[in-house]
Amino acid sequence: MPKWVLALLALLVAPLQAQAFCGFYVGKADSSLFNESSQIILARDGQRTTISMRNDYRGEPTEFALVVPVPVVLKKNDVKVLDQKIFEHLDSYTAPRLVEYRDDDPCVERIPPPPPAPVAAVARAGTAVAPLVKVEAFFTVGEYDIVILSAQESDALETWLTRNGYNIPKGASAALRPYVRQGMKFFVAKVNLKEHAKGGTQFLSPLQFSFDSEKFMLPMRLGMLNAKGPQDLIVYTLTRSGRVEASNYRTVKMPTDVALPVYVRDQAIFKNFYKTMFVRLAKADNYRTVFTEYAWDSSWCDPCAAPPPTDNEIAAAGAGWIADGRGARVRNASVIVTRLHLRYTPESFPEDLMLQETGDRDNFQARYILRHPWSGSPLQCEAAATYFQEVSQREDQEARALARLTGWNLSDIRAWLPKRSVLKPADKQVP
Amino acid sequence: MRAAPASLDARWLQIGAVGGLLLFGSLLRDFELRWEQSALCFAGAIAAQWAWMRVLGLKDVGYLSAIVTGIGLSVLVRADTLWVHPLVAAFAISAKFVVRIRGKHVFNPANLGVIVAVVFLPGAWLSPGQWGSDIVAGMWFVALGVTVTLSAKRFDIAWAFLACYGALLLGRVLWLDQRWAVLLHQLSSGGLLLFTFFMITDPMTTPNDRRMRWLYAALVAALAFSWQFVWYRNGGPVWALFLLSPLVPLLDWLRPGAKHQWRLQPATMAAPVASIARELHARARVSRLWSHRRSENRGCANT
Repeated sequence: MPKWVLALLALLVAPLQAQAFCGFYVGKADSSLFNESSQIILARDGQRTTISMRNDYRGEPTEFALVVPVPVVLKKNDVKVLDQKIFEHLDSYTAPRLVEYRDDDPCVERIPPPPPAPVAAVARAGTAVAPLVKVEAFFTVGEYDIVILSAQESDALETWLTRNGYNIPKGASAALRPYVRQGMKFFVAKVNLKEHAKGGTQFLSPLQFSFDSEKFMLPMRLGMLNAKGPQDLIVYTLTRSGRVEASNYRTVKMPTDVALPVYVRDQAIFKNFYKTMFVRLAKADNYRTVFTEYAWDSSWCDPCAAPPPTDNEIAAAGAGWIADGRGARVRNASVIVTRLHLRYTPESFPEDLMLQETGDRDNFQARYILRHPWSGSPLQCEAAATYFQEVSQREDQEARALARLTGWNLSDIRAWLPKRSVLKPADKQVP
Repeated sequence: MRAAPASLDARWLQIGAVGGLLLFGSLLRDFELRWEQSALCFAGAIAAQWAWMRVLGLKDVGYLSAIVTGIGLSVLVRADTLWVHPLVAAFAISAKFVVRIRGKHVFNPANLGVIVAVVFLPGAWLSPGQWGSDIVAGMWFVALGVTVTLSAKRFDIAWAFLACYGALLLGRVLWLDQRWAVLLHQLSSGGLLLFTFFMITDPMTTPNDRRMRWLYAALVAALAFSWQFVWYRNGGPVWALFLLSPLVPLLDWLRPGAKHQWRLQPATMAAPVASIARELHARARVSRLWSHRRSENRGCANT
C-alpha cells in the first residue's frame, strides 16, 4: 500500500484530538466569580438520572423551601445529602484555566518546555418551587424533611404549599401548571430544625435524588420565579461516553487556547477577563446560548486546575458505574465530565433545558495562555534582535485578542504592555 | 436523455440555498464541523456516485446529487473523527442505487445517512440545537425554503407537515398552559425548518398521490411529535421520516399516482434538496411535454 494511502488512513482513524497541552497552570476562573450562580451535578446512565443541587441558601433555615418537579415518586433510598466539597472539587477541576510558558533564550539551542502542576475554588445552588394534592411519601434525609407530592391542579398545589408553611414565591401556580399537567411529581424539601441543629453547621448540605426517566432534562423554569436580571447556572454532567450538550438550545464552546498579554497573570485581572468575556458573549446572543467550559474524561486533566475527582467522589455524585460493589474501579469504565454554563433570563430560556449525550469524546477546556518573553537583551546576539521584533508583534496580537474578547479599549491594553527596545547588536558598537 | 442547460440553474439554486446554510452555520454559528470533514463528505458521495454509475453503466447521470448529499450530511452530522462523513455519504448514495421498490428509492439519502451515522458509527451525533432559535434566522430559513419550493409541484408536503406538526405543538402548549414563547421557540428551530423544506420534500421518497402525500406528512408529523414529546428522544422529524419511508411504496400501491419523472437529468438527484431541484426544472421543462412524451420517460432512472 502506498505510503500516502497509509498516511491518509491514519489521518482518518485518528480522532480530532486537541494537541497535548503543557505549560504551567497559573490560575483559574471558578464559579465564585458569578455571584448569582446555581450549581447542579447531573449524572446520567441509560435512564438512570441523579441530580445533585448545591445549596447556597444563606437565610433563616425556617424560610428555606425547595420544590423540584420529578418524573416519579421518590423513596427515601433515592434521596441523599451530599458533601459540599464534591461541588467545590468539581468546580475547581473544570474551571477555565490560565497557563504560562517562558520563551527560551534565542541565542542558544532550544530546550524542551517543562511539565504542568495542579491547585483549588467556590459556588451556589438553585431554589425551585413545587402540589387537589396527595402526599406520596414523607421522610427525613440529613437536615431536610422531604415530601413527595402529586397534584391534580396547580392552584391547589400552591395553596397546599403555602398552608403547610413552605415559603414559595407568588405566582408559583402558573409555573407549576405545565408540570402538573404532565403528571410530574414534586420533590419538596424544607429544613428539619432539630437535625440541622445536630449538624452544628450554618450551611445547608447539597441535596441529591435519583430516578429512572427517559427525560434527560433540567427543570430550570421554576427557579426563574424569583429572577431579577440574568442568572448563572453551572451544570456538571457525568456521562459514560460523550460530551453533553443542550438539544433545544444552542451549545457553544468558550473561546480557548487564546494567547493573552502577560499581565493577565494577575489573578484578579484574569478573573475579570473571564467574567467580562463570558458576560459579553452571553449578552451578544441575548442570553440564549449554553456555553461549554469543560468536557474531559474525569480520570485525568492537562494541565490540571485541580486534581481529578476521585472514584469515590464521582460515584457519590451519581456516576455509580465507575466502581463495583466493593468500591474498586470497573475495568474500562469512564466518566466524561461536561461543564455547561448558562447565563439566562426567564425570556431567553422559555423551555426547560433538554440535554443529550453526544458521541463526542474530544477533550475540551477553556484555556488561556501567557507567553513570557526571554529576559535577555536584544544586543546579545543577532537572533535575539529578530526574536524581540517577533515578541513585539506577538504582544500586539495578544493585546488585540484581549480587546476583541472583552471589549476593553485597545489603547488602554497597550499602555500596560512593556516597552520594547528595537536595538540591534550592531547598535552596541558606539563610534 | 439529454441535459438541459436550464435544469442546471435550478440545481445550483438548491445547492446555493443549502450550501449557504452550511456556510452560515460553519462561519457564524460555530458548527462543530471541520472543513476536512465536509471535503471528505463530498469526496465520499462523489466516489460512490462514480462507482455506481460505472457498475450500472449509467452515462447521462451527473454528480450534483452527490454534491447535494454532501452538503446535507455536512449540515446535519457531527463527528469527532474524519472517517464518519465520507463513509456515511458513500453509504447513503449507494443505498439510493440499491434499495429500490417499484423504480423508486426508498430512503432519502441524507436522511438515511444521518440515521446510519448516529446508530452505527461511534463518535457521530446530531446537534438539533446547533442553529439556535433566533427568530430572524428562522424567518430566513422559511424564506429560503419558500423560494426553493414555490416552483415545485410537490411542495404541498412541506406545508402539510408543518401544519400538522405545528398543530400538535400548539395543542401541547395549550394543554400544558405554557407561554406562547415556548411555541415560538419550538417553531423557530432551524433544524425543523431545514427538515421541512429540504428533506421531507423529496418527491422520490414520498407518495405520488396528493392525498396519500398529505396522509404521509401527517403520519410523519405525529411520529416526530411523539418521538420528541412523548418518548423524549432527540431528532424526532429525522427519525420519523426514516421509520415511515418504507410505508411509501404501500401508499403508492394503495393509491397509484403519476410517478415523479425527471425528464432531463434523471439520475443525478437524490438528496433532500436535490429532489426539489428536479421539481423546479421539471416544472419549467416537463409540463408541456408531460402528456404526450410520458412513454419516453419510462426508462429514466429515478436516482
